[in-house]
Amino acid sequence: MADIPKPVAELLEAALVGELTVVDGDGRPVTYPLIPLWDGEHVYMTSSILFSRKLEHIHGNAKVSVSITDPIAVGGRHDRALIQGDARVIDDDPHGGWERLLPIWEAKEPAIVAFLKVRVALPLFFERALIEVTPRRVLYWSDGDASTAPQETLVATGEAA
Amino acid sequence: MRSTDGLDARTGLDKLATFPYQIATWVGDDGYPVSVAVDARISPIELVARFAGPAGLAVPTDREVSLTGSHIRPQPGYGYDERRHVTVWGRATALDGGIALTAERAWGWDESEVPFFEYSERSVGQSRKYFDALSVERGTPVRPKLSLGFLTLRATRLPFLTATIVPVVLGIMIAATHGSFDLVAALLTIIGASFVQLGLNVANDVFDTASGADDANVTPTQFSGGSRVIQYGLVSFRRMATIATVCYLAAGAIGLILLATHGSPALLVIGVLGFIVSIGYTAPPLKFVYRGLGEVAVALGFGPMMLLGAYVVQTGGTLAWEPFVASIPVALLAALILYVNEIPDRRGDAIAGKRTLPVRFSRTTVIAGYDVAVSAAYVVLVLAVVAGILPVPVLLMLMTIPLALRVSRGLMPYYDNPYGLMSIMGVNVQLHLRAGLLLAAAYAIVLIVGAVAPEVSLFI
Repeated sequence: MADIPKPVAELLEAALVGELTVVDGDGRPVTYPLIPLWDGEHVYMTSSILFSRKLEHIHGNAKVSVSITDPIAVGGRHDRALIQGDARVIDDDPHGGWERLLPIWEAKEPAIVAFLKVRVALPLFFERALIEVTPRRVLYWSDGDASTAPQETLVATGEAA
Repeated sequence: MRSTDGLDARTGLDKLATFPYQIATWVGDDGYPVSVAVDARISPIELVARFAGPAGLAVPTDREVSLTGSHIRPQPGYGYDERRHVTVWGRATALDGGIALTAERAWGWDESEVPFFEYSERSVGQSRKYFDALSVERGTPVRPKLSLGFLTLRATRLPFLTATIVPVVLGIMIAATHGSFDLVAALLTIIGASFVQLGLNVANDVFDTASGADDANVTPTQFSGGSRVIQYGLVSFRRMATIATVCYLAAGAIGLILLATHGSPALLVIGVLGFIVSIGYTAPPLKFVYRGLGEVAVALGFGPMMLLGAYVVQTGGTLAWEPFVASIPVALLAALILYVNEIPDRRGDAIAGKRTLPVRFSRTTVIAGYDVAVSAAYVVLVLAVVAGILPVPVLLMLMTIPLALRVSRGLMPYYDNPYGLMSIMGVNVQLHLRAGLLLAAAYAIVLIVGAVAPEVSLFI
């Protein structure tokens, strides 16, 4: 298990949306709203190949961050978090490889299973890659207020840094 | 926010100001992005957003900083909707203890302005680029996939076969009421005619891809804009051309069998004309649909040719007014399927030089055209009954008038909304199918009455 603060893990599990920020070829940040999926070790996100520019950026620079900021997307909680980490794009099988995350995706977006059954209507949307983020550093604002300094946690994982 | 890539900085700031908070983001000295929620005061006129510097985090002034707004509305048990986001990039400067970001460029998406399906369609080029890069990296082609069943369904547009089955079955049933019925010939006719339509559907994709019409269309729906299998990289252009050829060859082979076993000059003429209309629908040099003659071609092909063709196979070449007149409402309703489906395609069609009727005429004229044609289908039916050409039970088709009214009333509000128009296009397809089924039911009544009470006439 990755050693991230419990409230941050709860935020990740609750959040319907988070912001993935990647670094483009010119060293500039690009932010994408995506559904964060937490398995206790990594933050996962999935991206359709249709919207794969973010995947290209990660291929060029693995350093990313995931922020959870929207109180509405976390059921009214006001705490906020930033997880910095190293991302890996898993696109060995864009057609079905991502489906291993379907159970935790469905928990946040139940309609996705119904959409998948009619993938003939949106075939390219269901050609997808996984983005696996290994947390390295976590910043946590317990009251969500940026005028107070965040709690910082350096994350120790079982993997080599 | 119509153009997601072309959003200017001022519009981006206007959008950003509508979000309850913003996320300031920059790349830290260690190379990892840093994001923190802030409350920015935004002045689009000055092109500036000001916010308090976050405690414990230094906002850099030597590199780009972005401000992002993001919104969704949770829908318990479903997921979410109302997705929109915008990001504005610029340089930050320290100002009066706070930060001022001068906006330089912006990017975003609002699904209320660019529907998700259109956004996806506009991204197909990115998908191709990614698959091409994967193919180069692995040294073997990597392409999107669909199961064979779904792929066949999509590539051939199989569900639209009702356009063929309705007139062919009707022709067979009318022949049966005239005392002619051959089951094997009937089955061969249905299969052969279906291959003609499948060939037409696939050839349509091939020629619309070659002309650029399908590529120019960024608002396809399940009823319009072609199957997209070539655009999506699911089937190659060459393979689609092969499939179209095979379908036409199969149709030709069945046509020859029918000519050999049930041949007549009438069948030969109808068969040859049918092939010409089908292939000439999109193929040069005829290209009927590019000249605004698509509806005429469809009306002829899916009306008199299919219905009379099926009839003369059964009767050994005997022609009659009844099947011809019965084919007219079916022909009009089939042509109206194409006519309505061309409405959402009209911008892409115009770019590709496909001068369909909705490309040529105004919204008011196109809707009036629908009303006239659909009314004509019912007027012809009633007049034919009054004139004693068609049996009284065919008036069952009048039960579909409410569907026609739904289509007519739905065209105006959804004329410029391809996805809103989808349900109307669906009702229009149902109108043709149900009208056909009711006509078939009418002839089933004629057959039953003819069998149990031959002295009763169902004609006026």
